[in-house]
Amino acid sequence: MTGMDILTGAYVHGSSPLHRLPPAAKLGLLALACTGLVLLGSPLALAGAAVVVAGLYAVSRVGVAAAWAQIRPVRWFAVALFAMQWAFVGLEGAVSTTLRVVLAVALAGLVTLTTRTSDMMAALERLLSPARFVGLDPFRLSLLLSLTIRSVPVVAALATRVREAQRARGVERSLRAFAVPLVVSSLRHADALGEALSARGLDD
Amino acid sequence: MIEFADVHVSFGEREVLRGVTATLSEHRVGVIGANGSGKSTLARLVNGLALPTSGTVTVLGLDTRRQGAKIRRGVGFLFTDPDAQIVMPTVAEDVAFSLRRKGLAREEVERRVREVLDRYGLTGHADHPAHHLSGGQKQLLALCSVMVLEPDILVMDEPTTLLDLRHSRQVAELLRGMPQQVLVVSHDLPLLTDFDRVLVIDQGRIVADGGPDEAIGHYRKMMA
Repeated sequence: MTGMDILTGAYVHGSSPLHRLPPAAKLGLLALACTGLVLLGSPLALAGAAVVVAGLYAVSRVGVAAAWAQIRPVRWFAVALFAMQWAFVGLEGAVSTTLRVVLAVALAGLVTLTTRTSDMMAALERLLSPARFVGLDPFRLSLLLSLTIRSVPVVAALATRVREAQRARGVERSLRAFAVPLVVSSLRHADALGEALSARGLDD
Repeated sequence: MIEFADVHVSFGEREVLRGVTATLSEHRVGVIGANGSGKSTLARLVNGLALPTSGTVTVLGLDTRRQGAKIRRGVGFLFTDPDAQIVMPTVAEDVAFSLRRKGLAREEVERRVREVLDRYGLTGHADHPAHHLSGGQKQLLALCSVMVLEPDILVMDEPTTLLDLRHSRQVAELLRGMPQQVLVVSHDLPLLTDFDRVLVIDQGRIVADGGPDEAIGHYRKMMA
């Protein structure tokens, strides 16, 4: 599993109790758990929370690689945070803060791994239904989330294409030669995507 | 049934289509022409993605200018670049996304998605990330996402341009078996050889209209 897969909603197929839990319940529990992590003061209590999180991963049966893939993107951030906290608030504070952040990321990752994007969208649509009263369409709001996720690999592919074209022309170090075609091709993609959404009848 | 009545389309000063009149009722209709001839604009007129500056386009008995949204529910559109059409992270989810506003039960959505993925050979990829598919598979996924809506008419804008020979042949084979009326804009002349009717567009006008041999022959002479 690549870093890109995490961003693109790498659902791991399964039938664990966590997979079967409704997405809205998972989001609610995630919010509660993150609040709990903030309230836990001592490193010992947070170590206990880490054991619980590891247990949840074991129950979900998503595999060690998928679990590590959730943490891997924030590893350097965690190291920097730990160093900063150690320097300013001491070792105990550094351990607690870093554990809090890593565990919150791990829990959010677990929700992603055990929930299909479409189920998450449907749940968000229901949760956002009061937005209708202020003139917002919950479907469009959840679609916005999905398109944001979907845009990550698309823009990454466009960036690769632009970089290859740069290399072919020997202008690898020019930021302008990279940014301008990337922005133009991203805008073209956005236009084409809008047209495709209209063609699929989603502009009603 | 698709009807163009004296259709003109202009983008600013540039006139892209100049008085196109045609009634298309055949099962498979091809449209060929040089780059910039106006053939993609002609395709976009069919589901109201482009609107005529003057004249009328009537599809399934409805005027595209006034009933575009209703027409789009009956006209599927497949673009050249499948990446621009894929909205959801996984294959099955993207196909199911097309059915979001149909108000169908979850079981019915799953049944339809399974059926269409099976028909186009993507069953084994149902839970795969869509961006991991090859270009050909992505185009098949885009086709699944259109066909799951069971449109009355399918419009394809250069559907084989990014495909290898095997996938191009697969698309040609699929077109033959489709019950819907199909309008295909293409530079892929072999794809159109067994079509019922082919239009040749040049500088915004229909300059040849008939069977594939006659129309493709005219186009070859024109491009010589």
